Amino acid sequence: MSKKRITRRRFVAGSAAAAAAISAPHVSTANAAGKLSLGLWDHWVPGGNKVMDDIAQEWAKKEKVDLTIDYLSTQGNKLLLTIAAEAQARAGHDIMDFSAWEPAQYTRVLEPVGDVMKEVLAANGPISEAMEYIGTASGTWNVVPSTRGSLILPPCSRIDYFKEFAGIDVQAMYPAGKDPTPAADNWTWDTFLSAAEKCHKAGHSFGLPLGATTDSLDWVGALFSAYGAALVDAKGNITVNSAEVRQVLEYAKRLYAFIPSDVASWDNASNNKWLISGKGALIFNPPSTWVVAKRDAPDVAEKLWTHAMPKGPKGRFAPLLPRYQGLWNFSKNKSAAKSLMVHMNQPDNIRKIVSGAAGYDIPPYQKLLDYKVWDVQGPPTGTLSHYPNRGDQRNSMPCAPAPPQIASQLYTNAVMPKMIVRIGRGESIDKTLAWAATEIEGYSRQ
Amino acid sequence: MVDATMKSDAAALRADKRGSLQKTFQRKSTIAFLMTLPLIVLIALLVLYPAIYAVHLATLNKTMERFVGLSNFTFLFKRETFWMVVWQSCIFAITAVFFKAVIGFIVAHLVHNIPDKGQRKWRGMLLVPWVIPPAMSTLAWLWLFDPSYSAFNWIFERIGIDPVPWLGDVYWARFCVILVNVWIGAPFFMIMYLAALKSVPDQLYEAAKIDGANWWQTMRFVTIPMMRNIIMITALFSTIVTFANFDIVRVLTRGDPLDQTHVFATWAFRLGIEGGDIPLGAAISLFMVPILTIGAIFILRDIVKRGNEA
Repeated sequence: MSKKRITRRRFVAGSAAAAAAISAPHVSTANAAGKLSLGLWDHWVPGGNKVMDDIAQEWAKKEKVDLTIDYLSTQGNKLLLTIAAEAQARAGHDIMDFSAWEPAQYTRVLEPVGDVMKEVLAANGPISEAMEYIGTASGTWNVVPSTRGSLILPPCSRIDYFKEFAGIDVQAMYPAGKDPTPAADNWTWDTFLSAAEKCHKAGHSFGLPLGATTDSLDWVGALFSAYGAALVDAKGNITVNSAEVRQVLEYAKRLYAFIPSDVASWDNASNNKWLISGKGALIFNPPSTWVVAKRDAPDVAEKLWTHAMPKGPKGRFAPLLPRYQGLWNFSKNKSAAKSLMVHMNQPDNIRKIVSGAAGYDIPPYQKLLDYKVWDVQGPPTGTLSHYPNRGDQRNSMPCAPAPPQIASQLYTNAVMPKMIVRIGRGESIDKTLAWAATEIEGYSRQ
Repeated sequence: MVDATMKSDAAALRADKRGSLQKTFQRKSTIAFLMTLPLIVLIALLVLYPAIYAVHLATLNKTMERFVGLSNFTFLFKRETFWMVVWQSCIFAITAVFFKAVIGFIVAHLVHNIPDKGQRKWRGMLLVPWVIPPAMSTLAWLWLFDPSYSAFNWIFERIGIDPVPWLGDVYWARFCVILVNVWIGAPFFMIMYLAALKSVPDQLYEAAKIDGANWWQTMRFVTIPMMRNIIMITALFSTIVTFANFDIVRVLTRGDPLDQTHVFATWAFRLGIEGGDIPLGAAISLFMVPILTIGAIFILRDIVKRGNEA
């Protein structure tokens, strides 16, 4: 083994360099704490990105970080493709936006953020169970739940069609700025079916998508939850052939007869268009439909009312479509990223995010659902009053309680909506259950 | 003296080397190679590397942590949906290529018979579907088939016909994706066939006429044999591109209803990118490579053979 001899000349040169380094003044530049880049979901609501810019840049200025934010649209799967490419290349942004079951798919490249969540939970109180379920899929928090972009998809109904054709006054059940009245107890999935039939016969069917889209997955997931039906249990056992699943499929078969014939190919925009065009009496959606109607079809917008989900034998569940921010484990500036994540989730900033997006975003913390922003939206005034949970409504994540790795496949491949389409088109329940079991077996591969 | 001789030998060797280098650079094949080198590098980077990487990915497990050999392929062979996608891809590609070829053939003859003066305008107009980016034109078709605002259904309603679930019914949805593919691809066949028609010497038609050949005989014994190579090459290229189609199905149906309009590329995207199972997605997208390669080899060999005979 060769040894390097320290000569007198080498020693003098080394000592001089060390002395110069120690005595050099600390240069505090504008971006002394390095660079940080965020790839965030591009908000639908005008102004939604501006609020985020303000919050993040305020932090960057204080912490002397060179911060850049790219807003990536979900149109054409741009955000999804960016996530997949960055995970594969192990390069790109530091913080990325994730949705639904995506955190489970990328666990292996996500930095644990339990330390961030400790501070966030201390500031905001307990978080919704469904959000925690996905966020802690790997045993510890691997993403930080986001207010920005998290939403639920409750019914958005035509006040006039419901009164005229179904004899239901949705405003009386769910009055503006108040808790649901006792009349809302009768708002069950059976009442829903009866209303769907009456509106269908009047030429104004409910717009219930059944394609491989998130909108389809979400309302069908809530229907399954309301009946206590699950395709896979928490241990990963296939529970397709249960009394609850059969019950929900019997129900769905009857409902299928009263919805448009081409719902199996609807995309996430089809149900919005169905309502805004004046054809539909009800869809399940966040307030974006009402916002667009206010701009493009104001006479339709003033007849829309967002309210709670129907109740089933196991409760009243609203489908949750959550968003998260995750930190790549190949990020070069993890400490700065974690500091920003804590900052973005402070109660004051969450309030700004909700107001900036006109109430589209829903905080995942029960303590922060007391904002007045939803009560003041209109016309008609209070139309979004019952957008966040009020009364007995809880959130559910479609495909839960399956282990996240299987649930994400059930979700992506839209197994539940496909089951309903099969049943609706005349396939026997036994055959549909057998098909679903085979599909799920395939998704369980490691 | 010896030293002087050695020096002159070395100089002669250097001169020889320079000469042979110059000769090498002056050789046509070397110049051709150097001029195509940028393209070769580009193809190696953008085609060869991704192809090899895709093969590598297809041999990994779901989490891409270990080598599993051909397990992804054997897994796929056991899936009912996979064989449905194989079947659909074949229906989609074969039907679309057939109709593109027939329509292209007919339109090429019609355009060929238009007087030269007005022909350019027709050629330009007929090429429009092919030059618009498919994602854009398919979006326009999507709006024509839209459940709420379908222009076709609007017309049907006005004349008392029931609206058609264009993209909601399996057979209508398959019809729609094939229709759009034919609409976009037929002009390519038309322009290729038109070029082939223009290269058929007039003397052959004159000779056929003198021999008393009717329209069908002229077509069968003159036109089609003269166009055969172009017909084969166009059909081959179009089959490969149609099998690999992504944008039309993705924009129009995303594989719905019930996965019954999926083709290889869209299903690979669903499982690989959306479902986070990249190795399985890679395996699906590689499935057609050997079949298409064998087909391409046979067709190209046939063309070369006939070229040599000629």
